[in-house]
Amino acid sequence: MKLSVHDLNSHYGPAHILFDIALDVGEGEVVALLGRNGAGKSTTFRSIVGLVAQRTGRILFEGNDVSDQPTHAIVRGGLGYVPEERRIFTDLTVEENLEVGRQPERPNAPHWTREKLFALFPNLAEMRGRLGGRMSGGEQQMLTIARTLMGNPSLVLLDEPSEGLSPKIVEQMVDAILTMKKEGVSMLVSEQNLHFARLISDRTYIIERGRICFSGTMSELDARPDIRDAHLAL
Amino acid sequence: MSVAQPLLSVEGLSKSYGGVHAVRGVSFALNAGEILALIGPNGAGKSTCFDMLNGQTTPGSGRINLLGEDTTGKKPREIWRLGVGRTFQITATFPTMTVRENVQVALVSYGRRLFNLWTSTPRYARAEAGRLLELVGMGGYAERPCGELAYGDLKRLELAIALANQPKLLLMDEPTAGMAPRERIELMRLTAQIAREQGIGVLFTEHDMDVVFEHADRILVLNRGSLIAEGSPEEVRRNPQVRAIYLGEGLVYDARHREGAPT
Amino acid sequence: MAFYFVQFLTGLASAASLFLVASGLSIIFGVTRIVNFAHGAFYMLGAYVAFTLTERFSGAIGFWGGIVAAAAIVALVGVLVEMVLLRRIYHAPELFQLLATFGLTLMVEDLVVLIWGPSDLLGRRAPGFKGAVDFFGQNIPSYDLFLIGLGPLVLGLLWLLFQRTRWGVLVRAATQDRDMVAALGVNQKWLFTSVFAVGVFLAALGGALQIPRDAVHHAMDLRIIVDVFVVVVIGGLGSIIGAFVAAVLVSELNAFGILIFPKISIILVFLVMAAVLIVRPWGLFGRQEAAARRTPGLTINPWRPLTSNERLAAVAALALAAALPLIGGNYALTVGSEIAIFVIFAASLHFLMSVGGLASFGHAAYFGLGAYGVAFLAKLAGLPMILSLLLGPLLGLAGAAVFGFFAVQLSGVYFAMLTLAFAQIVWSIAFQWVAVTGGDNGILGVWPESWAASPAHFYWLSIAVAALAVAVLRIIVFSPFGFALRATRDSPLRGEAIGIDGKRIQWTAFVIAGTVAGVAGALFAYLKGSIFPDSLGISLSVDALVMVLLGGVETVSGAILGAIVYKALSIWLVSQTDLSKLVLGGIIVLIVVAFPKGIVGMLETIRQRRPPTPPKSALLTSGIETAE
Repeated sequence: MKLSVHDLNSHYGPAHILFDIALDVGEGEVVALLGRNGAGKSTTFRSIVGLVAQRTGRILFEGNDVSDQPTHAIVRGGLGYVPEERRIFTDLTVEENLEVGRQPERPNAPHWTREKLFALFPNLAEMRGRLGGRMSGGEQQMLTIARTLMGNPSLVLLDEPSEGLSPKIVEQMVDAILTMKKEGVSMLVSEQNLHFARLISDRTYIIERGRICFSGTMSELDARPDIRDAHLAL
Repeated sequence: MSVAQPLLSVEGLSKSYGGVHAVRGVSFALNAGEILALIGPNGAGKSTCFDMLNGQTTPGSGRINLLGEDTTGKKPREIWRLGVGRTFQITATFPTMTVRENVQVALVSYGRRLFNLWTSTPRYARAEAGRLLELVGMGGYAERPCGELAYGDLKRLELAIALANQPKLLLMDEPTAGMAPRERIELMRLTAQIAREQGIGVLFTEHDMDVVFEHADRILVLNRGSLIAEGSPEEVRRNPQVRAIYLGEGLVYDARHREGAPT
Repeated sequence: MAFYFVQFLTGLASAASLFLVASGLSIIFGVTRIVNFAHGAFYMLGAYVAFTLTERFSGAIGFWGGIVAAAAIVALVGVLVEMVLLRRIYHAPELFQLLATFGLTLMVEDLVVLIWGPSDLLGRRAPGFKGAVDFFGQNIPSYDLFLIGLGPLVLGLLWLLFQRTRWGVLVRAATQDRDMVAALGVNQKWLFTSVFAVGVFLAALGGALQIPRDAVHHAMDLRIIVDVFVVVVIGGLGSIIGAFVAAVLVSELNAFGILIFPKISIILVFLVMAAVLIVRPWGLFGRQEAAARRTPGLTINPWRPLTSNERLAAVAALALAAALPLIGGNYALTVGSEIAIFVIFAASLHFLMSVGGLASFGHAAYFGLGAYGVAFLAKLAGLPMILSLLLGPLLGLAGAAVFGFFAVQLSGVYFAMLTLAFAQIVWSIAFQWVAVTGGDNGILGVWPESWAASPAHFYWLSIAVAALAVAVLRIIVFSPFGFALRATRDSPLRGEAIGIDGKRIQWTAFVIAGTVAGVAGALFAYLKGSIFPDSLGISLSVDALVMVLLGGVETVSGAILGAIVYKALSIWLVSQTDLSKLVLGGIIVLIVVAFPKGIVGMLETIRQRRPPTPPKSALLTSGIETAE
């Protein structure tokens, strides 16, 4: 297993947000975490990378327990995180944004260079010197993924990559994710858009009110329209 | 729908930032009771356009006429006084007040009592605030602290606040962003119903094509600051330029709204 | 002509140290979002340590080595402070950070006197720069020329550091989004520590370089920090080039202001600052800040008017307080009057802070203006006491109206720094304009008339006014105006979108708070029988902040309890120890780190019997963004 999460519980102040979350991502797999807004997808991701102060449970990354490590150490170990809000450094250029993400090469993960990333996201190549704040939402989404890949992660947590993007850009995002997969990056992708998730993922979990309530393949999910309609509310 | 005088008419609206044309020469009109969607790729100028209409940004050139009055370059609060309600992409409410008090503040402002120092606000226009909350289905939450509400409920509270000045026009910036699909449909259905009953015009931006195709009477498509298409949902959906620039192959929104699908 | 040119050069030389300190403050603020009030203290420490080192080691190497070593040693102290104190409060609201670093400043002031003694120290002159250069009959110290060259050199080095190194890129990234930097694998703890070390190094270097020009003394911290605040407000917080330009501007204004208004030279700086703020509210090179962080333990439970039981309890407490003359002696009554006066003062600031969300760091200005107003009316115009008490606070109102107009254009730390600078300006005027205010000697003989002269009568007058002031403020809190003010604080965006002119509302609140503070000051003048510039000073402003903080910012009644406890404590403390600043500073730091909700906030928490808070302190967790 690339990543396995056991009994993850998280709180924000007095509010209990996540309840006994358990999930796995296999080597080279793309797994979708589906759920509506507020279901706990982002909190799950933030908890895995240690950005939620109050959490309990075991998080094994490549067999090592990283539950007690600080965020930067987890990320340095090869677990990349792309936040939902993109969080581009708007005052830095594209190249400087990439520089912030740069980490040493890792033996068990694909090595990304600037040039390789510019090939993956050709739009970025044309705007190396542009300030992050001068980019459109779609370009920023590409930059935030590229920036995380600069750390040569073996697993990437991708939080709602299609949110707020035009359908056309979302289709480009599908291609990029499939290319990343082909290169050997495992991914856990949170999503609300079932159509998008279908195009990229091997397996899926559904999260609702902080609990995992379904786990299986897309066709298994399609066979259970009751679950799909109840929790994704399409 | 009256044809004589549109609620809102926009002529040649333009704005550039440091040489970049964010919006150029946008013109359109909106009638009472009509629901108009403004869509387009990220960075197409939707937000800039919206901000100029609601007074957040001063237009570079062009004219905005609202209810027969020239509102070009007016402040948001002045535009509100003319009868324009607003909701925000990320909800903006008052978390240290109850749900009812949130609406009461808007009513206080509408009643021009902002500098009254001695009467009690919690007793001001309770019934009217309650009525507005009932209207958006939040009547049962009136005494709840606003900071405790779920996101979908905050969106409905915003709608109640936006209705407090008996608006003629509602400006809604991505009204369903961050909501679950079913909540999206419900909120827009509610908005459409209120708008039709009270003859309010609605202009909204939106990324969720399912919401747009379901609820808009008419759609404006912006690209690189210019209007590239305008028409009914059906016309826009069939427009090859819009498909090339924005809608794509239709893989990532509901099949019912794809071209050629039975409606 | 030559004279003016030399004056110009003197200004440039003074700008060097100011720039070093201001750029350090800006760099630290940029990344950590902390306005480091203790920056003046590090500047002062730099000067003291450099004094010791340059006295101990002789020769050019001893001197220059001593200067650099002093800056490095103080930077190490800074690292220690960062690791022990600041790491605990990075997620706290700005107000708490300012207060904690101010508490640190107080402690350093007493420590410096303990180590180096209270008298001024005169340091060595710089080897190689002892002489003066003749310029058309005017002398320019060659050390000044050295400083003039140093400023641009440091500016250039900083530019290279931030633009051309990976560290610089990381720092600039962290300036914008520190959590994201961590989420990309950068250890932000050490990044913060290194940034703080660089900033403190610059401040200490600025102080060390002052030795050949000025005496080293234990009040130099507050003097420089006010100048630095003015510089960063003008130049734009977070901008190094802004710090440079504004440091030159302020130094030149001071250099020439002395020639134009020898008595009140600071007026010129104020006028320029006001002009800049009108044109560019975020400073010449600054940018609008993102919305301020929320205060901790932000009450989810909206405020309620008192229940009838609580009303009864309040009346009973007042009746109990009114019975004090039956048991207490004259001393107890005088202390009681003073406490009542500070209840008024704290309540006025609390109104501004908790309802308006505006943390003024110069609230004493309006307290002091009220007191001076009474003194002018009673002493110069000879008005009867009642009239003086009624009209005196109008001077507080006028001051609040003028300064408040500018202050409410800004928010957050800018608001705090600006209000502090305004208060310091008022203080300077009171201090320097001897003909009117009596300067340091103050105005004496402001005694109450016979009907209020006995301690018991004056005490009753004080608590009656205090009860009235608190009641009026509470009514305002629940009035439409109070709600509009809270609305502006909660969400300026939504406020504007429902027709609320937030700036005008805040300005009005500032004037109300200033007037009520003026009422407290007016009573204070009669209580003491005299008025001195201290009543406008920074320490009184901070006293008020600590009272509010101690009681609890996010409570409706915190200020009352906070004022009573704090005032009683500090009166007792001054009678017990000479190191009251050290103890007080320690208390401030402790409150901020350990009890951020204050007394009333803690009582409320206990009463609500919330589930026990998980391991991390409430302060830390509250800083984390809310769930999805």
